[in-house]
Amino acid sequence: MKQAKTPFQFMAASTLTRICGVQATNISELLEQLRRVSTDSVFNHTFQSLSAYHFLTEGFSNDFAQWALAACNAPQMAEQLAALDIRQYESVEDLRADLVQTLESFVAAEPQRAQQKAFEPFYFCEAVTVTVPTDWRAHNLREFCEALWHVSVHSIHYHFVSARLRGPQTNDFSAWMEHSLGLPELADRVEHIDIYTNTLERVRQLILDECIPWVES
Amino acid sequence: MSAPAPITKLIALDDYIPVVGAAEIEEMRALARRLGGRTVKMVNSTAVGGGVAEILNRLVPLMGDAGVATRWEVITGGDDFFEVTKGFHNALHGVPYEPGPQVFEIFQLYQQQNLSQMSFEEDFVVIHDPQPIGLVAAREQRPGHWVWRCHIDVSKPQPQVWDFLLDYIKRYDAMMISSPSFTRPLPIPQYLFYPSIDPLAQKNQELEEEFIAQTLERFSIDPKRRILTQISRFDRLKDPVGVIKAYKLVRKYADCQLVLAGGGAQDDPEGGQVLAEVREAAGNNPDIHILELPPWSAMEINALQRASTILIQKSLQEGFGLTVTEGLWKKKPVVASAVGGIPLQVIHKLTGLLAHSVEGAAYQIRYLLSNPAIAQRLAENGHEHVKENFIITRNLKRYLLLFLSLSGAAQ
Repeated sequence: MKQAKTPFQFMAASTLTRICGVQATNISELLEQLRRVSTDSVFNHTFQSLSAYHFLTEGFSNDFAQWALAACNAPQMAEQLAALDIRQYESVEDLRADLVQTLESFVAAEPQRAQQKAFEPFYFCEAVTVTVPTDWRAHNLREFCEALWHVSVHSIHYHFVSARLRGPQTNDFSAWMEHSLGLPELADRVEHIDIYTNTLERVRQLILDECIPWVES
Repeated sequence: MSAPAPITKLIALDDYIPVVGAAEIEEMRALARRLGGRTVKMVNSTAVGGGVAEILNRLVPLMGDAGVATRWEVITGGDDFFEVTKGFHNALHGVPYEPGPQVFEIFQLYQQQNLSQMSFEEDFVVIHDPQPIGLVAAREQRPGHWVWRCHIDVSKPQPQVWDFLLDYIKRYDAMMISSPSFTRPLPIPQYLFYPSIDPLAQKNQELEEEFIAQTLERFSIDPKRRILTQISRFDRLKDPVGVIKAYKLVRKYADCQLVLAGGGAQDDPEGGQVLAEVREAAGNNPDIHILELPPWSAMEINALQRASTILIQKSLQEGFGLTVTEGLWKKKPVVASAVGGIPLQVIHKLTGLLAHSVEGAAYQIRYLLSNPAIAQRLAENGHEHVKENFIITRNLKRYLLLFLSLSGAAQ
């Protein structure tokens, strides 16, 4: 079994939600507040919401899109907001810029609808994330599979979904597979697993499905 | 004199491994270790009865088992004190309130009395609800982190009471509240702490099919026909008459029975009146079962929920709505009003269906009866949503995260 240059340390990431005390009662207000709120708030309603609703594949992938649909009856805008793939972003500020641009286009095109009162307000919150190392550390692909099978889905979210925000231009698993195990093909296959059409439990299984043939070979 | 609150049954964190998985429990232990031996005190106003005592009864031993030594104390007060705090409670909910001449003096007197009998050596002090809020004065004597857990919707309080309490609230390091919509602007940080249910409690634990069958037989409910159920006190705010109206609309299209089960009629004069109205609305329809249950009916409520095809919560006003949480946990499709904390739990078309009227509720019920596969999918999503957010281990985790965050040990 090929040994990694450096072991993979699985981390546990847990989140506390801080209420910002800021709300939006229509789409225009959402736009205004979205420009001002902290990056932790933008993270909370995009990256973190994907973790919080990891068991869903129906509906939309972030809180802004869900609110646009459910509270504002604006399905087109909801789709556009939902279409922003968080794994394409290396900074929350870049994601914020695209969310703002999407909302600006809607407000410019439909100023009256943007002022219509939502069925319920949007409450901005911030994510306070605490990470601790787990007991799971992998020195090779077999140990990696065993650890991946055991860790929580929030660990998978931390390493697979929000990893780019911490530096590597891919997810943590693929980065380790390529650079520490020397398996760029596996890294690439894992990188292309869709996080939006699968639950995080399913993502876990799909990563394992990719890895197992390499363990056995 | 304040006294340690009794913990009725010792439970262990590992008992929850079959519920949330070993990884989740391991993570909690890792978070607790990072707290490095710091200690906690929880204070509330009652050792038994009421949702807060129920939660603390389970949470305190779990926190201890995770490795965070936690002490739970209960303040004392005379009838005059609890009359005042009941008035405060209602006023915070927005009920019109005219404070009597000595109301605030009585409140302060008992705060002083309890302060003189308690010590606060712990690193974190968690004060639950307004009754013991004035104990924060003790923080002047010893450094420690003080947080206020507000279990009430304070979004539209009566100003005299809110302004009075605000002087205390400002002295806390943080406040925890059950929903972003329950809060008000404050100069201290506010954290979202959902209420929680205990999956291992009698009201939520798995039941033998035989007990469920016996329960239905006892209440003369036909197990072979579909059952719609609302569990709640006989209270106008729970709109039991509205549920009967919705049922009658549904019954035109689908064969089913209705169960309205709850307590509150014996010790509440208005409850008796509401129950009479409910009986009148039901008439002599044999398919409408009105069950007045005593407070020790947790297992029966559990059985009724598990036997139901659809659970309803057609409240006109609601706190958080823990009966909804219980229903979702039991993998039941839920049709509920979009009030209070319910929309946090029932995400329309994802974890259940929301309604805004009798007619809307009737339609959503018919829709689920006609589409059992969709009902099943919503119910399964609802169960996952509760597991992720509204069970007691998640509550414990939030406390650990808050303590880490306050003490700067988070990173």
